[in-house]
Amino acid sequence: MQLDIRLPMGLLFLLLGAILLVYGFASNPAIYAAHSLGQNVNLTWGVVFALFGAFMLWLARKKKT
Amino acid sequence: MSLNPIFAVTAAGAGQVILNLATVDYVILASYFIFVIAIGWVIRRSMKTSSDFFESGRSLPAWICALGFIGANLGAQEVMGMAASGAKYGIATSHFYWVGAIPAMVFVGLFMMPFYYGSKARSVPEYLKLRFDEKTRTFNALSFAVMTVFSSGISMFALAKLLNAILGWNFDACIIFSSLIVLIYIYSGGLTSAIYNEVLQFFLIVLGFLPLVILGLQDIGGWSGLMHNLDAYSATKGMPGAWSHSWQYMADAKANPIGIEWFGLVAGLGFVLSFGYWCTDFLVIQRAMAAKDMNAARRTPLIAAVPKMMFPALVILPGMLAIALYHKGGTAGIGLPVGADGNPDYNMVVPAMLAKYFPNGMLGIGLTALMASFMSGMAGNVTAFNTVWTYDLYQRWINPDPTDAHLIRVGRVTTVVGLIISACCAYAAAKFNNIMDMLQLVFGFVNAPLFAIFLLGMFWKRATGHGAFFGLLLGTLLAAIFQGCTLPVGETAGLLKGGWLGVHHTFVSSMAQNFWLAIFAFSGCFLGTLFISLATAPNRTDDQLRGLVYSLTEKHKDAHGPWYVRPFPLGITVLGATLVLNIIFW
Repeated sequence: MQLDIRLPMGLLFLLLGAILLVYGFASNPAIYAAHSLGQNVNLTWGVVFALFGAFMLWLARKKKT
Repeated sequence: MSLNPIFAVTAAGAGQVILNLATVDYVILASYFIFVIAIGWVIRRSMKTSSDFFESGRSLPAWICALGFIGANLGAQEVMGMAASGAKYGIATSHFYWVGAIPAMVFVGLFMMPFYYGSKARSVPEYLKLRFDEKTRTFNALSFAVMTVFSSGISMFALAKLLNAILGWNFDACIIFSSLIVLIYIYSGGLTSAIYNEVLQFFLIVLGFLPLVILGLQDIGGWSGLMHNLDAYSATKGMPGAWSHSWQYMADAKANPIGIEWFGLVAGLGFVLSFGYWCTDFLVIQRAMAAKDMNAARRTPLIAAVPKMMFPALVILPGMLAIALYHKGGTAGIGLPVGADGNPDYNMVVPAMLAKYFPNGMLGIGLTALMASFMSGMAGNVTAFNTVWTYDLYQRWINPDPTDAHLIRVGRVTTVVGLIISACCAYAAAKFNNIMDMLQLVFGFVNAPLFAIFLLGMFWKRATGHGAFFGLLLGTLLAAIFQGCTLPVGETAGLLKGGWLGVHHTFVSSMAQNFWLAIFAFSGCFLGTLFISLATAPNRTDDQLRGLVYSLTEKHKDAHGPWYVRPFPLGITVLGATLVLNIIFW
């Protein structure tokens, strides 16, 4: 039985999303004014990464059952 | 070797863009590397036979192979090179996708995969042995093996030089670290490991670069703001409008920044070079040959073509945005350094965009995506190298009757050796730029005519082994002579630029010289193979050619089911969509 790539991929993206989210909450808003047009991209893309990761995990789980 | 237009060995990381990493960025980078190694470690247990190691046991679903197919090609040189071209040429860079990739990808899926996959050959050179003879195979295997370790070395060099320039990391440490990571996961998981990492890297690049494009577009004032600034920029270059249209200025080579006219573009890039790469380069074909069945193998390049046709938005657009921002606000607007020739340093487009738009956090993601793509570029080459070395050179010439366990061992040792040679190439590239450019040139001569013998081999059963081998030599020789007789405008004659046999024709750009060289080499090889085949006796019986040649192979029936699981309707849809994109951005 080979490893289903969606499992590690889902975990990785979920983890990266979580890191971005935590950092997005904790970081100084000044860095967003200096870089990303004032938008907290860490929060928005943290959500996107986490959702993508969760979706991959759901696909892997769906196939298993 | 991909069809990369600009990102040259000499170019990587010359500018003064500096990225400042924070702890969070290091945490993100570390998480990625831990996952990569863990995946290799887990897959290690399912590596039981040599087929598992070299061919993923021919067991992968089409979508994984497709993302591996596209991921192996989406190395960092591609990402950075296409962004550089986007800045230098504008929308016309999309020709490298919509002309120079999609048609060939559809062709290989529909018409050639049945022979590669159906012949049960384990590599592209092995197909050549079955179809033609041993000498044609060995010629192809040798040139391919040298080319792959060399390309992997170039990736390594470019990565180390870039990280050294933008992060101040130690060059040697980067070489050692990147080789070790690639070594660990290929050594343990073989091709499957490489493909899985290509899939990971694909999503990292897509999700990591999308915010860059979105932020850049918001900043410049949306699409209309981008077009407005590009038009203003192109006017300063004496080619008003040329950056915002793909075809409109292609009638005359002097009217567009690429410096090529439509015929050279379509025949040279769209036919010879593109088909030569996508239809014969084992690096990409290997991904499709790992598929679980014929239908999946044929659909691999077709599914891969769907993201491929969207990639201009991800990799070319950042370059267009960068040059538009540069025009709008000068160096201060984007932080793009100016090169020695007074033009912006196009190769630094991606680092400059990352530095401008990504705060810490997303910066870690962007950097991880970039490093991942450098490494999967290396890994792709290393896996293709160890397969060709083990099957086509070692098993043929050194040990014809090995046990299966022995083959896996050879594959693993080859991985180590391949990476060591790559590292040597990386240092050679750092020391002698000209030698690397020279090698790249020579591979260009060998590759340009290659597609002719596959085309004749697959669709004309009368093509013979002698025909293919000597046709190939003739094509390669013609390529060298062609280069010796022509020169791009503004260059001085020499071994590297051409004209060493006397300048009989000058081209508007080196790209034009390159495309026309390919057209000549292909035609020479095609005609040479044709006539030599007719003059020599067939060396394969019809029975031996069954499954290898179109007219002697039972037509593969499309699977039943919706259109997207059947190769033909899928292929036609992909071509139709590409046509629409060409018209929209005409």
